[in-house]
Amino acid sequence: MKLITHNMLSSNIIKGVKNGYPLGIQATDVQVNEVDFNPDFVARIIPKLQWPILCQAAESIGHLGDLPKELISDFESNEEFLKKAHHILMEIEVKEGNLVCPETGRKFPISNGILNMLLNEDEV
Amino acid sequence: MASGKRPEHRAPPEIYYNEEEARKYTSNSRIIEIQQQLSERAIELLRLPEDQCCFILDIGCGSGLSGECLTEQGHVWVGLDISRHMLDVAVLRECEGDLIYGDMGQGIPFRAGSFDGAISVSAIQWLCNADKKGHHPPKRLYKFFSMLYASLNRGAKAVLQLYPENSSQLELITQQAMRAGFTGGLVVDYPNSTKAKKMFLCLFSGGSVQELPPGLGTDVNNADQSQHVAYSDKRERVKNMRGKPPKKSRDWILEKKERRKRQGKDVRADSKYTGRRRARKF
Repeated sequence: MKLITHNMLSSNIIKGVKNGYPLGIQATDVQVNEVDFNPDFVARIIPKLQWPILCQAAESIGHLGDLPKELISDFESNEEFLKKAHHILMEIEVKEGNLVCPETGRKFPISNGILNMLLNEDEV
Repeated sequence: MASGKRPEHRAPPEIYYNEEEARKYTSNSRIIEIQQQLSERAIELLRLPEDQCCFILDIGCGSGLSGECLTEQGHVWVGLDISRHMLDVAVLRECEGDLIYGDMGQGIPFRAGSFDGAISVSAIQWLCNADKKGHHPPKRLYKFFSMLYASLNRGAKAVLQLYPENSSQLELITQQAMRAGFTGGLVVDYPNSTKAKKMFLCLFSGGSVQELPPGLGTDVNNADQSQHVAYSDKRERVKNMRGKPPKKSRDWILEKKERRKRQGKDVRADSKYTGRRRARKF
């Protein structure tokens, strides 16, 4: 699971959970894969992201690097910044671990890169 | 369904798509071809802005065949599926997209405004079944559509290809989609054919009013003709009044070609030689 997906994920499918955002990350195996860099896509997706949440997530798996914690104003034209954002968003992949619902503490296991969000009948 | 019984009647999706069934999606070239055609048509119907890389949700992504089409066109996607075996195949195929193992009837686990569009190939009809004791199809459909609506950008589209079992199932699905706030409707490709006929539910989430794209194999002229009866004061010849032209005649051949064209089949163009007898052998 990539961090771009984590930034969008919410556990609000559980009964009684209002926001369910952001999900905590407990990673046991993190891999870095090279992905083609597309500056237009990164520039377009950044306004949709919750930047502080992304930094928090990257920090919790120890891959923050030198990513600025505040979103800079001219990110669209700053290629170096876009490259860093691309690396964090698309190239870092949590292979094994858990995501944790912030409200109920329910764990969603990640195994082989696949996130398990299947709920039990009593949680729907 | 060439094999007779519909898969929805055999077992719930998480059991039906077992290891053996999942393997078919990598080894059977016919299944792969159909899936690719369907996904390409679904992406075409999404009408995404050209030359723009979008973030797409693939509902019922399975082994990632539809995702591959998305990757080819330069989009980034996230897939959701209920069959673990199919997802394992997707990992083996080294899909670019992220995979989530979950049940669409339990909702779409994303925050509001996440995606630029959503596609689904042959998955939605599974929601019409009550496979577990607690399942209530209209409720699950409503939950699915309302959370899908929330997870899409305003003005984004969702194109869902489906195989409804009958018209009441289709009505149930569209009814719940409209209740969740979607506008749009059904696009039917090759409506005159039983086999090539494909249904796509095109849903718009807010934004300006948009027109539905026409389905393939539906000629506008033909549709006009069928709505109006041509006025003629001459009596038709007795031969035509009886209905079909005699078998193997030129008219019969032309009519048959026309019918097969409407079904979206490969038909040779008409020429002066059409329906002409072969010369006697020397």
